[in-house]
Amino acid sequence: MTVTPQWDRTAVQQILESLQHTPGALLPILHAIQDSQGYIPPESIQMIADALQQTRAEVHGVVTFYHHFRLSPPGKHVVQICRAEACQARGVRALEAHAKNTLGVDYHGTTADREITLEPVYCLGNCACGPSIRVGEQIMGRVDAERFDALVEELTTATLELK
Amino acid sequence: MSIKVYVPRDTTTQALGGEYVVSRLQAEAASRGLDIEIVRNGSRGLCWLEPLVEVDTGNGGRAAYGPVSPGDVSALLDAGMLDASTDHPLALGEVTEIPYLKNQQRLTFARAGVTDAVSITDYRQHGGFDGLEKALQMSAQAIVDDVKTSGLRGRGGAAFPTGIKWQTVLGCDADQKYIVCNADEGDSGTFADRLVMEADPLMLIEGMIIAGLAVGADQGYIYLREEYPLAHQILNEAIANATEANWLGDNIQGSGCNFQLEVRLGAAAYICGEETSLLNSLEGKRGLVRAKPPLPAIEGLFGKPTIVNNVLSLAAVPYILANGGQSYADYGMGRSRGTLPFQLAGNIERGGMVELAFGPTLRELIETFGNGSASGRPLKAIQVGGPLGAYLPESQWDLPLDYEAFSADGAVLGHGGVVAFDDTVDMSEQARFSMEFCVAESCGKCTPCRIGSTRGVEVIDKIRAGQNTAANLELLDDLCDTMIYGSLCAMGGMTPFPVQSAVKHFPDDFIKAATTTDGGASA
Repeated sequence: MTVTPQWDRTAVQQILESLQHTPGALLPILHAIQDSQGYIPPESIQMIADALQQTRAEVHGVVTFYHHFRLSPPGKHVVQICRAEACQARGVRALEAHAKNTLGVDYHGTTADREITLEPVYCLGNCACGPSIRVGEQIMGRVDAERFDALVEELTTATLELK
Repeated sequence: MSIKVYVPRDTTTQALGGEYVVSRLQAEAASRGLDIEIVRNGSRGLCWLEPLVEVDTGNGGRAAYGPVSPGDVSALLDAGMLDASTDHPLALGEVTEIPYLKNQQRLTFARAGVTDAVSITDYRQHGGFDGLEKALQMSAQAIVDDVKTSGLRGRGGAAFPTGIKWQTVLGCDADQKYIVCNADEGDSGTFADRLVMEADPLMLIEGMIIAGLAVGADQGYIYLREEYPLAHQILNEAIANATEANWLGDNIQGSGCNFQLEVRLGAAAYICGEETSLLNSLEGKRGLVRAKPPLPAIEGLFGKPTIVNNVLSLAAVPYILANGGQSYADYGMGRSRGTLPFQLAGNIERGGMVELAFGPTLRELIETFGNGSASGRPLKAIQVGGPLGAYLPESQWDLPLDYEAFSADGAVLGHGGVVAFDDTVDMSEQARFSMEFCVAESCGKCTPCRIGSTRGVEVIDKIRAGQNTAANLELLDDLCDTMIYGSLCAMGGMTPFPVQSAVKHFPDDFIKAATTTDGGASA
């Protein structure tokens, strides 16, 4: 099943109008678009390019250079696991394997029910209390398999209640 | 009168349930009819004790309790926490008497955890803006001279003398100059920048304004990593408060001096911590490394003379201006002057930030402060200086923590991150990760880094599979040499450090792979 994601062209246009004259505007624009739309709609790249008098290739090059920007919508929640050394020393490799196994996806994958997208991250700055994960703006420390499962349960249950 | 109770507003505290501790405190106080005022201070950096709750004792002290979980709140109140009672297992007594804190030499982090991080009143009461007030009365050259006297060197890892960099920018004739703060703290095991931004952001702002006065720049940018959402929020609050109180913006405190400051977010690219890549990113481009020269000090952001300094370098400046460069230089050893906030991370029982003058040994840090491993197993390797720093075996733990001593022994002090591993670590797996990380994070501009890292992963996989071990170890060494001498920046140039140190000091982990397989492919 392929669903063409919907995005708000007017909102993107407003972001462009408010930020296009900022010095070095492209990253702030991309952040604003992704914050409001959840991703950078590929169709918006031409609009961004026009607003900044750049080529589509230049904008595409920037979008794809940075790990943070995505060209397709993520699941309802993005769960990031810190893969870096300090968390490795606290057992993140086992947590990664557990997470992939439990969710049935690899990194960058989204669960079949589109609830959770799993992403790697290299350091959340919580290095004395790893392994660390991030969901939205919230960072969690000393996460083991049990806490991870509880989190997944909480995330998926909460969204069910909203429906 | 209400009793002040402090609960840090800090990523680690929040990651360990700080917000729930606050709501439980509020609920319990309300139901018991207790009059408390909860202050969100910064973290003191004693991460192992977070959430560290402090109660104002009314006589200038603070009684500490930690680590407090939401479920402890009720019992703590029962035990008389609000009267500074020590009749509870989590009671730690007077916070400043905790040895971990008491035995530090805090210059940069003197205010951390003491104040509400975004309160201008608190900041002023604890010496904040004293340095800027002095700087406003000084000539640009005098400010630069003071920074030179301090001996301050770039805290991001390269350790370039800050005063010399400032002198170069001051000497440039340009219609526009910039102050850029590198807050893309991507090294694993480092979190001192985050602590500054979350615990004392006004100090960073003050340091940047002083830098602006020193070189004639009226625009600053803080390039902050996207992975630090709380620091982002706190910095923006601090900037708003400083602007409101006229310590930032136009005509600062009636001096006629202006300084505008903006936080810009990165987008998860480790390479953007490299200064020229950072500048490209700020300009809205891919974060490709630029060839030097020209130096950013001469042609930096948008082609203009630019100071690019790490958070800790800029955060050290207010102290230097307030107390004089010499008082900072009085700390430290050799050519490493002042203090460095060491960050104890990974498999360590008491992880946290320890600010000390340069010179103690790694062993003192991990034993005296860190109290050994968290797992209770013997420690095997310590990686100092982030993912590009060498892995040190026990024989190197008595090196003094000093830029030159480390470098002379093939190690890197970097940003002061110390990541401990116990004896369950497989060093060949760590070496593989270093190369894998470089594959993921290389900007792709130069071949040794872009291709070399991929080939490095492949060769290490062969070694770990026991294929032609001796020949492949030699090939790996050759590849590392190519990366060290042929890469454009430190990403490709230093990725071999952890790899080569792992091979050199822990050869068994590489040979083991060969002997535990049937070795059929070996020559």
